[in-house]
Amino acid sequence: MGAQSHFQGRAAKAMTDPANSSLYAAREPIFPRDVKGKFRRLKWAIMAVTLGIYYIMPWIRWDRGPNLPDQAVLVDLANRRFYWFWIEIWPHEFYFVAGLLIMAGLGLFLFTSALGRVWCGYTCPQTVWTDLFLLVERKVEGDRNNQIRLLKSKWTPRKIRLRLTKWTLWLLIAVATGGAWVFYFADAPKLFVDLFTLQAAPVAYSTVAVLTATTFIFGGFMREQVCIYMCPWPRIQAAMMDDDTLTVAYRDWRGEPRGKARKNEAPKGDCIDCMACVNVCPMGIDIRDGQQMECITCALCIDACDEIMGKIGKDRGLIDYLALSDKPRERDGHKPRSAWFHIFRLRTMLYTAAWSLCGLVLLYALFIRPAIDITVAPIRNPQFVTLSDGAIRNAYDMRLRNKHGEARAFEFQLVGDAAMTLRLEGQTGLETLVPADDTSLQRVYVIAPAGSAPATGDRSELRFWIEDMVSGERAYKDSLFNGKGTQ
Amino acid sequence: MADQSSQHDPITGTETTGHDWDGITELNTPLPRWWLWTLYGTIVWGIGYTIAYPAWPLINGATEGLLGYSTRAEVAEDIARVDAQNAGIAATLASADLTTLSRDDPAYQFGVSGGAAVFRANCSQCHGAGAAGAVGYPNLLDDAWLWGGTLAEIEYTVTHGIRNDQDDDAHWSEMPAFGDIFSDEEIGMTTDYVLSLSGQDHDAAMAEQGAVLFAENCASCHGDAALGDTSVGAPNLADAIWLYGGSRADIEYSITNARFGVMPAWGLRLSDEDVKAVTLYIHQLGGGQ
Repeated sequence: MGAQSHFQGRAAKAMTDPANSSLYAAREPIFPRDVKGKFRRLKWAIMAVTLGIYYIMPWIRWDRGPNLPDQAVLVDLANRRFYWFWIEIWPHEFYFVAGLLIMAGLGLFLFTSALGRVWCGYTCPQTVWTDLFLLVERKVEGDRNNQIRLLKSKWTPRKIRLRLTKWTLWLLIAVATGGAWVFYFADAPKLFVDLFTLQAAPVAYSTVAVLTATTFIFGGFMREQVCIYMCPWPRIQAAMMDDDTLTVAYRDWRGEPRGKARKNEAPKGDCIDCMACVNVCPMGIDIRDGQQMECITCALCIDACDEIMGKIGKDRGLIDYLALSDKPRERDGHKPRSAWFHIFRLRTMLYTAAWSLCGLVLLYALFIRPAIDITVAPIRNPQFVTLSDGAIRNAYDMRLRNKHGEARAFEFQLVGDAAMTLRLEGQTGLETLVPADDTSLQRVYVIAPAGSAPATGDRSELRFWIEDMVSGERAYKDSLFNGKGTQ
Repeated sequence: MADQSSQHDPITGTETTGHDWDGITELNTPLPRWWLWTLYGTIVWGIGYTIAYPAWPLINGATEGLLGYSTRAEVAEDIARVDAQNAGIAATLASADLTTLSRDDPAYQFGVSGGAAVFRANCSQCHGAGAAGAVGYPNLLDDAWLWGGTLAEIEYTVTHGIRNDQDDDAHWSEMPAFGDIFSDEEIGMTTDYVLSLSGQDHDAAMAEQGAVLFAENCASCHGDAALGDTSVGAPNLADAIWLYGGSRADIEYSITNARFGVMPAWGLRLSDEDVKAVTLYIHQLGGGQ
């Protein structure tokens, strides 16, 4: 197929050959060869860390006291709480999640502008799980050449045995993947037992089933098709890269003309056209064609080429992390520039600054976050009530929040016109008890005596304070008092 | 682009659509075959879905679907399930003595929440969604009660109602229309006296004469000090609350023609727990005694 990738080659064949003109193309099987090198080692390390975090995280315990779950990371949908070690997020604090999403977005801008599709190549779940599935495939069926032979061979008992072994191992990984996901949403040790004793909720089983199916199909059979056809990220990233972004590229001025050096011929370039870079590519492309949409910059072709260059006694880096702006410079004979030159520039520093600013704001918000809180909903049907002695009464529904792990008594206080008095529905004093890690609703009445300024006037400002009787923490909300003048 | 051979991209060899923007041509890259099968799969699924579930509109109604699903039945199931869940606490509430029911009792909380729904469905038409009442329909938020504001009194009023023919135990009292008894001048005098009771502008000389008429004709129900009597539903005339308005014209009209409202006996229409629930709800609106 020469310089054409499998994908483009197939497409070209389908479209250029009038007899075989089809609007649809079948997937061209890809058999990435095993490769060794520094980027491969880095990818193994990242796979171990990311998969380790994914599988182990829900099993970490974190003591929060008697009334709260002891799971370090838990999304408790039923009780609307999100726990992350010492941090507990309530639904009204969802801005923290929004802030983290903004940081994730800025982080992706930063990494994409500096290192291109580094997310795709190293950390995307699709890449990590596909890599894991490829590892299983090689262990069971052997490396690239064996796999190709096996594909072409008839359905012998050996082929059936190998295929079944591979699919079973894939399926086990897929079940473990889907199974680990649900542990983030319930107490992991209990759910683990429940899942096996058929006591778990139906939604847990359906979630495991769906994620098992997607992991099995995406990791085992769809692979690069997910990246090319289903994922919008390649298109978005292309718009975020610039001439100084480091991507995986081929030093064509060094490699061309490619081919094996023969006697009595003019000296050729460094590329001996061994196809190592193509054979290791999980996307089935030829990086020597230049930057292309399918490339996830996993850098395995760099490792493959470096190995060959070492063997034939040439410098490494025929395929390397390069920026577009490097190409004309190096062609003119300048020395390669350091990768740091491309990473530290105004654009990436601005992204870093924005990312850090966002993080600092979130941290600040996290530290000033009160453990008690109050929201006030003035009752406006009716605007006010006239009492038998002519006094004017306003009512307010107060939502009290207690984030402590124990029930706390809150005392109300009113700041406003001195004539106004406070009364709590259902309580004799000005105290009300709020359950542990919960909210409670308390209706509060403010009464202005007949003839007083707030009673005869229009709207008067007032402020409600609550004080935690144990810790002394205070919180307030401002509201308005409607007098007869509002009628 | 007229030349047929130039309809192919020179680099990839792929056919182009012939569309060209600023020198960038659009490739007519073939779709993956699995994508096509996914499309066919969704079509098959879609057809199957319309057979399994209610879908195709007919002249009267629609196809029912092989699975016999209906949203109406699902709602009925949901309601039945919640009712079954609440059966225990509802029975506790129905047999509870409201005067001794603790505010921390789950049945109390259940009653207040359920009572709010009962109130909105049955009571808000007259008393208003916020229970603030209207002219002729008492405000249930204030501290003035015609027939008493304790839990027991509210429960009695809700159960039996006021001046209705359905329940023999309904509250009953009728104020005479003094237009037939008093002269116009006497009505004026009484009006001035009633205005004086609540500290409004009045003619002191007229009110002095009105006081005599009041003591002879009105005090038997409204009381010597005009503070009302909840046993006969006689309103307090000395406070700031007027069911039919407190202006001179309103009071004159009330004395001349007499006024009284009616209320249905809800004990005949609602279940025991609904009556108790709405009683608890009304009592905690701010005026309960």
